[in-house]
Amino acid sequence: MFGLDKKDTSKLIIVACLALLAPFILNPFPTDSALAQFNAGYPDLMQRFVIFGIFAIGFNILFGLTGYLSFGHAAFLGVGSYSAVWMFKLIGMNVIPAIVLSVIVAGLFALLIGFVSLRRSGIYFSILTLAFAQMSFNLAYSVLTPITNGETGLQLTLEDPRILGVSATADGSIPVTNLFGLEMRSTFEMAVGPWAFQFNAGYYLCALIMLAAFYLSIRIFRSPFGMMLRAVKSNQQRMNYTGLNTRPYTLAAFVISGMYAGLAGGLMASMDPLAGAERMQWTASGEVVLMTILGGAGTLIGPVLGAGFIKYFENIFSKINDNVLHTWFSFLPDGMEDAVVFIIHPFIGKGWHLTLGILFMLVVIFLPGGLVEGGQRIKGWLSRRKSKDGGKAAGETNPAE
Amino acid sequence: MSNFNASRRRVLKTGAIAGAGVALPTIFTASSAAAFTNEPTGSSVTLGFNVPQTGPYADEGADELRAYELAVEHLNGGGDGGMMNTFSSKALQGNGILGKKVEYVTGDTQTKSDAARASAKSMIEKDGAVMITGGSSSGVAIAVQGLCQEAGVIFMAGLTHSNDTTGKDKKANGFRHFFNGYMSGAALAPVLKNLYGTDRVAYHLTADYTWGWTQEESIAAATEALGWQTVNKVRTPLAATDFSSYIAPVLNSGADVLVLNHYGGNMVNSLTNAVQFGLREKVVNGKNFEIVVPLYSRLMAKGAGENVKGIHGSTNWHWTLQDEGSMAFVKSFGTKYGFPPSQAAHTCYVQTLLYADAVERAGSFNPCAVVEALEGFEFDGMGNGPTLYRAEDHQCFKDVLVVRGKENPTSEFDLLEVVEVTPRAQVEYAPDHPMFAGGNLGACNPGA
Repeated sequence: MFGLDKKDTSKLIIVACLALLAPFILNPFPTDSALAQFNAGYPDLMQRFVIFGIFAIGFNILFGLTGYLSFGHAAFLGVGSYSAVWMFKLIGMNVIPAIVLSVIVAGLFALLIGFVSLRRSGIYFSILTLAFAQMSFNLAYSVLTPITNGETGLQLTLEDPRILGVSATADGSIPVTNLFGLEMRSTFEMAVGPWAFQFNAGYYLCALIMLAAFYLSIRIFRSPFGMMLRAVKSNQQRMNYTGLNTRPYTLAAFVISGMYAGLAGGLMASMDPLAGAERMQWTASGEVVLMTILGGAGTLIGPVLGAGFIKYFENIFSKINDNVLHTWFSFLPDGMEDAVVFIIHPFIGKGWHLTLGILFMLVVIFLPGGLVEGGQRIKGWLSRRKSKDGGKAAGETNPAE
Repeated sequence: MSNFNASRRRVLKTGAIAGAGVALPTIFTASSAAAFTNEPTGSSVTLGFNVPQTGPYADEGADELRAYELAVEHLNGGGDGGMMNTFSSKALQGNGILGKKVEYVTGDTQTKSDAARASAKSMIEKDGAVMITGGSSSGVAIAVQGLCQEAGVIFMAGLTHSNDTTGKDKKANGFRHFFNGYMSGAALAPVLKNLYGTDRVAYHLTADYTWGWTQEESIAAATEALGWQTVNKVRTPLAATDFSSYIAPVLNSGADVLVLNHYGGNMVNSLTNAVQFGLREKVVNGKNFEIVVPLYSRLMAKGAGENVKGIHGSTNWHWTLQDEGSMAFVKSFGTKYGFPPSQAAHTCYVQTLLYADAVERAGSFNPCAVVEALEGFEFDGMGNGPTLYRAEDHQCFKDVLVVRGKENPTSEFDLLEVVEVTPRAQVEYAPDHPMFAGGNLGACNPGA
């Protein structure tokens, strides 16, 4: 289907099912049970899952295919967000112009940075991109305050012109982002017994765009252009010696991946019209590297899984506080309860980074191909058990960078 | 490599699927039947406490969280009731809010607007919080206030001192009990005049975000009205931890007063750097070099240790106050945690009680009813004397304290002494004062 072979089609269908049924899949626990804490099926987090999925898919086109490790991708995300918010301030609250502009601006910005940074490869390239991203962060944070509103972040006000819309709604509040009248924040709640499933318009817009982005990334992976990028990864020097100029290919990959980041930034602003400088900070750039490696660099589905994994930890584990722990372990005798809570305490709440760090280490040590390799191993193990031939290899694994 | 064989049938099929996909979201436009966002229907009501647990304001955040837990305990009838006994409004009965047990969820703002909004959103969308409170940074407070306005829940600001929170970024669903930069300037100026005279040259180091900007503007305006000059205003990043490179130029600028528009960890570091550079022993223009910290707190004084002795600043509240409300609060906080509360804890505790009381008086959790109950509300017994929640900008007006780092502290908590209680009349301003102009409350939004 759509010009894909059978394997890729099934991948696309799996991702589509996961994305469209997310409100069910992510809400497995009844709302009043103690495990409801682990439910992730609320609009904001689901939006984050797919938006960071887009970001990681784009990053993977550069890193997974060419092996160029960019440490400054958050700059494009931030630029995308700022452009989108400016569109909301100047043009109107429809998300289409905002998203289009954010992709274009991020693409131009990527062209500029890529043109300079791609003169070097390896670690020097990484450092150059990191430097550019930090520069953009500092510009957004203080120097360009009239455009970015500095640390406070760019926000909508009642005084914005919005030439194609209204500055303020009839009841005196700021209009909300919409797609031709369909409000991004409108949510339909479906109660099924003790479960409550939330279907959010903004989430479905993001999910559909993510599917399009995923499809495009499959096509790039399978195209001659993608093959050329892989060749750059395996041995760029040899390619240069054969008389082939690789720079246009790497630059194109860099710009495409920058546009993906811009798209993610534009979508973030469309879901929540605010842009802050911290989106461009180096920690944000590092996060997308983690997502891609955790999920499986160079694989199609890996970055999406990695993005979901990290965002889940950030939003769910950081919410667990001592109070919640005490209710969980209240069946234990008093002294024991306090001891258990004391032991777990450093790993939850503000300690979620620690838990994530440990898991990241475990994945990198035992599953160098990321979560995708984990999945393949389980699949291989199951099929071996079924066929009992035992000699079959556990699926191909992709080397991690 | 690519194989795209379009047949008429396939194109039609693809088109149909894509069309269905585009049409899909329109099914979900119907909103739920509730009268307002997160209307509590069960036997409990959920409040969202969104405080910095990491970053430069983490100490304040931890203390705010303690205060919130104490307030919840008191609202549910536990403990000794604290300020509920001294509060002039007697609507609260210790049986929760409107008979519903108060529950809460917590989140980490990381002192970043993005993270704070994500955290507040999950409280509203996932946990069903009907009110969000907290924040120890004005940037965050303004961002979350905007979010609450859009989502249709009440925002009770925690520690936020920027003029903009109830100035150009004010929102109908947002309320601030804490004082602001303008009030600091108005309270400090007469004290500074008596101490340091009218012929001074000031140098500002300012945290580079909304709070720093507006406080710098307020202090500069107040001191320039005394006859002081301002030689330079330098902006420092909020994330900075070492201020040595900013302190060195102060020595050569000809300034004889350094104004540190820093808070929390920033202030601890910049003051320590300034003292290490020997600024306080310098004599410039024939006068002793002085340092002023316009927004002071006990937690900062504790962090900066010896360096705060004799340094003046202003504060919203201090635990040594001898009025009934303050004493009741310090007693119950001390009993529970073993040390006195900070000003951040005080304002957060008071905000929670004020919200609960407004709901009781309004008889509904509906944000618009709460807004109506809080606007123009006059109360007493909360530690700051008679206080007014002004309807025009949702800012509280009350006395402001001018404090000084104590020379001979008797305990590790006894670090500040109150120099003067500036009466409310002296720090009041018109709602359309130029420093607060340009904003618009808009209408209250009940969401849903």
